[in-house]
Amino acid sequence: MNFETFLPILVNSLQGWMGVFIVTLIIIALVYLFNFLFSGRE
Amino acid sequence: MDALFGNVLNLQWQQVVMWAIGALLIYLAIKKGMEPSLLLPIGFGTILVNLPLSGAVTQVYESGTEEGILDVLFNAGIANELFPLLLFIGIGAMIDFTPLLSNPKLMIFGAAAQFGIFFTLCVASLLGFDIKNAASIAIIAAADGPTSIFVANFFQSDYIGAIVVVAYSYMALVPIIQPPVIRLITTKKERLIRMKYAERSVSKVTKILFPIFITAVAGIFAPRSVALIGFLMFGNLIRECGVLDALSDTAQKALANLVTLMLGITVATKMQAESFLNPVTLMILALGLVGFVFDTVGGVMIAKLYNLFAKEKINPMIGAAGISAFPMSSRVINKMGLEEDNQNFLLMHAVGVNVSGQIASVIAGGMILALFAS
Repeated sequence: MNFETFLPILVNSLQGWMGVFIVTLIIIALVYLFNFLFSGRE
Repeated sequence: MDALFGNVLNLQWQQVVMWAIGALLIYLAIKKGMEPSLLLPIGFGTILVNLPLSGAVTQVYESGTEEGILDVLFNAGIANELFPLLLFIGIGAMIDFTPLLSNPKLMIFGAAAQFGIFFTLCVASLLGFDIKNAASIAIIAAADGPTSIFVANFFQSDYIGAIVVVAYSYMALVPIIQPPVIRLITTKKERLIRMKYAERSVSKVTKILFPIFITAVAGIFAPRSVALIGFLMFGNLIRECGVLDALSDTAQKALANLVTLMLGITVATKMQAESFLNPVTLMILALGLVGFVFDTVGGVMIAKLYNLFAKEKINPMIGAAGISAFPMSSRVINKMGLEEDNQNFLLMHAVGVNVSGQIASVIAGGMILALFAS
């Protein structure tokens, strides 16, 4: 496989890993928000 | 007599090798306790489909085609992704996300430990696999059986049998694979870091909103993952809602067991000698190991990076639990912590990272589908 064919795969892979981080960071922010809003309301 | 013994002549040596592989899987399941619920049905199914002219799989005769029951099951449950999704309802109902919800930042290590998937995808491409097979092989590193089956089947990979067997085998081998890798990339001082566990209460509202919002967020960013994450979170919502205890119990036990039973033996349709016995299977075996090793490296290295900036240091070993493979990986990390310092209990932290790895591996599967399916 030459570099030109491999480059888009590498870029997409990095994008995929970053995508997992971005979704995870949004979920973390949501959980902190829920914990803040609903803690002690039981 | 010809009718009785004629079929013996149809036996090929490759089928005998597959019987040996089937027997090995059954041995590992029973004797070594390695993922017995999957490896035993797969092992038995491997023998079943490799009998000459086995009636369990579709055979083409001069008089016509006779459809085998395992092919019927494959088309009804795996080709349309039904079995892995139903299994996810059961898994979702089994998982308690409380350790994660009480310390949400741990989720970052779940994302970090998906590094092996994307690294393996690059390596597989460099080795000459086309992108769909490379992506299917890479998903072994999700360390999550249903996700591996779902993605490999989505791409209609030629190697689905090998991928599933390798994925489940390495998940069972996590206690052997992870410790040497972790020791190699951490110092003794780092492994001795103690972490306090302050149990924070998590409200019921949070536990109920969590699966709903995760589904929505994952669905927006990786729409192809929405079936996977949605079924996982649906199972969890049944568990946490508090009004569906009977359904939760059924999902955790009867449903999960029934689907697992069908899944294992059905996957064996892809264990026929002609598609399994080739050098590619050995490459998949090697690439799966690469994936698990680099998942571990990714999780630990991001934990070390976190320590560079954090006031309160964390034990970087817990990053390795982000590999998914729940709950095996968190037990491994806890054991390693206790081996270094018999008062260092890392279990609850590792469990938090481990369940976040479960979520992150599904999201990673969705990212793979989003980026490489077109």
